[in-house]
Amino acid sequence: MNDMARLQKQRLALYGWMLAAPALALMSLFAFYPAIATFWHSLFTRGTTRRPSVFAGFENYQDLFADPTFATVVWNNLIYAGVTIPVSIIFALIMALWANAHIPARSFVRSAYFTPTILPMIAAANLWLFFYTPDLGVIDQITGFFGASPTNWLGQPDTALASVIVVTIWKEAGFFMIFYLAALQTIPPDLREAARIEGAGRWTYTRRVLLPLLMPTTIFVFVNAMINSVKLIDHLFILTKGGPNNASKLILYWIWEMAFAYFDSPHAAAMTILVLLALGLVAVAQFRLVEKRTHYR
Amino acid sequence: MTAQTPFIQIRSVSRVFNGGNGVHDLSIDIPRGSFVVLLGPSGCGKSTTLRLIAGLETADHGTIAIDGKDVTNVPPSKRGLSMVFQSYALFPHLSVAENIIFGLKVRKTGKDEIKSRLTEALNVTGLEGYEDRKPAELSGGQRQRVALARAIVAGHPLCLMDEPLSNLDAKLRHSVRKDIRDLQQRLGITVVYVTHDQTEAMSMADIVILMKDGRIEQAGNPADLYLQPATAFAAGFVGSPPMALLPASALPDAVIPPKTDAGRLTFGIRPEDLVLSTDTSTKAWGISATVTGSEFLGAETFVYVAIPGTSGATARLPGQVHIAPGTQVSLSWAGAAAHWFGEDGQRLAPTATREAAREPNTSFETDTAIPSL
Ligand SMILES: Nc1ncnc2c1ncn2[C@@H]1O[C@H](COP(=O)(O)OP(=O)(O)O)[C@@H](O)[C@H]1O
Ligand SMILES: [Mg+2]
Repeated sequence: MNDMARLQKQRLALYGWMLAAPALALMSLFAFYPAIATFWHSLFTRGTTRRPSVFAGFENYQDLFADPTFATVVWNNLIYAGVTIPVSIIFALIMALWANAHIPARSFVRSAYFTPTILPMIAAANLWLFFYTPDLGVIDQITGFFGASPTNWLGQPDTALASVIVVTIWKEAGFFMIFYLAALQTIPPDLREAARIEGAGRWTYTRRVLLPLLMPTTIFVFVNAMINSVKLIDHLFILTKGGPNNASKLILYWIWEMAFAYFDSPHAAAMTILVLLALGLVAVAQFRLVEKRTHYR
Repeated sequence: MTAQTPFIQIRSVSRVFNGGNGVHDLSIDIPRGSFVVLLGPSGCGKSTTLRLIAGLETADHGTIAIDGKDVTNVPPSKRGLSMVFQSYALFPHLSVAENIIFGLKVRKTGKDEIKSRLTEALNVTGLEGYEDRKPAELSGGQRQRVALARAIVAGHPLCLMDEPLSNLDAKLRHSVRKDIRDLQQRLGITVVYVTHDQTEAMSMADIVILMKDGRIEQAGNPADLYLQPATAFAAGFVGSPPMALLPASALPDAVIPPKTDAGRLTFGIRPEDLVLSTDTSTKAWGISATVTGSEFLGAETFVYVAIPGTSGATARLPGQVHIAPGTQVSLSWAGAAAHWFGEDGQRLAPTATREAAREPNTSFETDTAIPSL
């Protein structure tokens, strides 16, 4: 009897591995192997024709930490993530609640909100490049109407990062809204009415019923926003190129620059490994903390 | 509160949706402490009426007063009532206890009071030990009880229920029916209960309000509805198996009430009032019919008969009756058992028919008891 059970278990385990095998093979080929290769690469010096690359241990990492740009870029990215993640999530939620309410021209509102999502980031950036044009752009036209002097939004260190952040939020919020909209439509209207009868106003209902029920969606959107805050740098190429004076430079852009503009791949590899580590830590923390407090239906 | 002032007064209330459906010109008085059932086929406006009382819908015309206060434009939470939804509308992310005390918490009730009320509600509904479960971890019957507990925990004098048993299996439905009725009596609350199931209505209600197409067809106690249906619709809707409704033209002249036009009348007879006789020769006025089938239910047998020119009738005979399909029978009844409805479906004032009133009641094989009227 016991043997049978053990055999059964072993067979199940075998099935499990067999089912996981194709994905595992692909993951190994395209994720694990490159990650390890990158790590390996980051331990060597940059090779030139005259001086071949030699093993350098963690020297590349020390170089990075010593570079003032490192601190700037990390700080920029923290601000970038710290603003774009919550703001685009909150906008998405508000827009979804609005687009889900019984308002006139509801489908128009929905598609209007969604439009930024279907534009490629490069196109969106070009659009905003025009908005931001000093004196001639839409934004200066408006501020000028109220008597403000023309501003070079993208060209000065004080406003460059903020301008990039605005574009990201504009681009992301509509996309996240769709997920919230889908989730909202699965919540039965009875709950709203039950809450109303129990004396809950709009705000209490939102806080005690709606937000908890939207939590799985929020986590999904949050993870996406976080990934984007590291990954989404297309618009930097069009808008600021990380400048002026590194004011809007983000980590991935910096890595790209090191690897493909300065051809310093070992340092780029070292930075990539640091990013991977940081993201891994965040992912673990997230699963530990947030998942536990979420109700999945 | 005096007996004269109804607890809920609905005065000429209309709520018409786009397309013309809804409820039209409703006037209902509901006495304090009564169990009132809104009964009717699907789509007749029962839920709309309930939602108007709850305040989830606003009346286009008319006024609604609860406990002497005009609440026509008062939000649901200020009307002092609770509601059990057909879907139960439990909050899926909250535990049983959290679900029950949701309203108390919203209303900022004191901690100690919440605790004692929760204990009481759990006790009354037999949910002790399930406090920490999520709704998804409960059976249908348990969820129903959580919804009930949530409705009674605040101690509101009025509880509205919209088909609360429709998601339960037949056996459970029967026992919960009794539980709800007992609970209502014990707490002395007023309950307005919506159902499309006439058995449920008849067994639970003090007052049944039968609706059709957004209007009240008949209101009264269950016995009234059963014994004196005000319309042909009420006659056909209440009772199982339903009353047979036959065009009077298919009946012999002798049984037609005097001074009426047989072409326009509808005749109704309850299954238990029909008398079957295989001796088709003796009766002067019996309707001849053909047995099409029978159903033995233990205590009684339903015999289905086809009558030319009608959609047929059912006779309910006590005990087991052997009668082969195809048998020719003669149907008769005691004159007072007949119901007559005019062309507009309204009940006609009971008038004795010439022959039937004099005719002695002959029965076939068994003695069919005729309820005294
Ligand atoms: N919100 C609404 N909008 C439009 N029509 C509605 C709405 N609610 C109910 N109705 C219509 O009103 C009629 C009565 O509905 P309802 O009160 O739910 O019937 P029921 O007796 O089955 O509970 C139905 O024909 C329904 O289609
Ligand atoms: Mg209904």
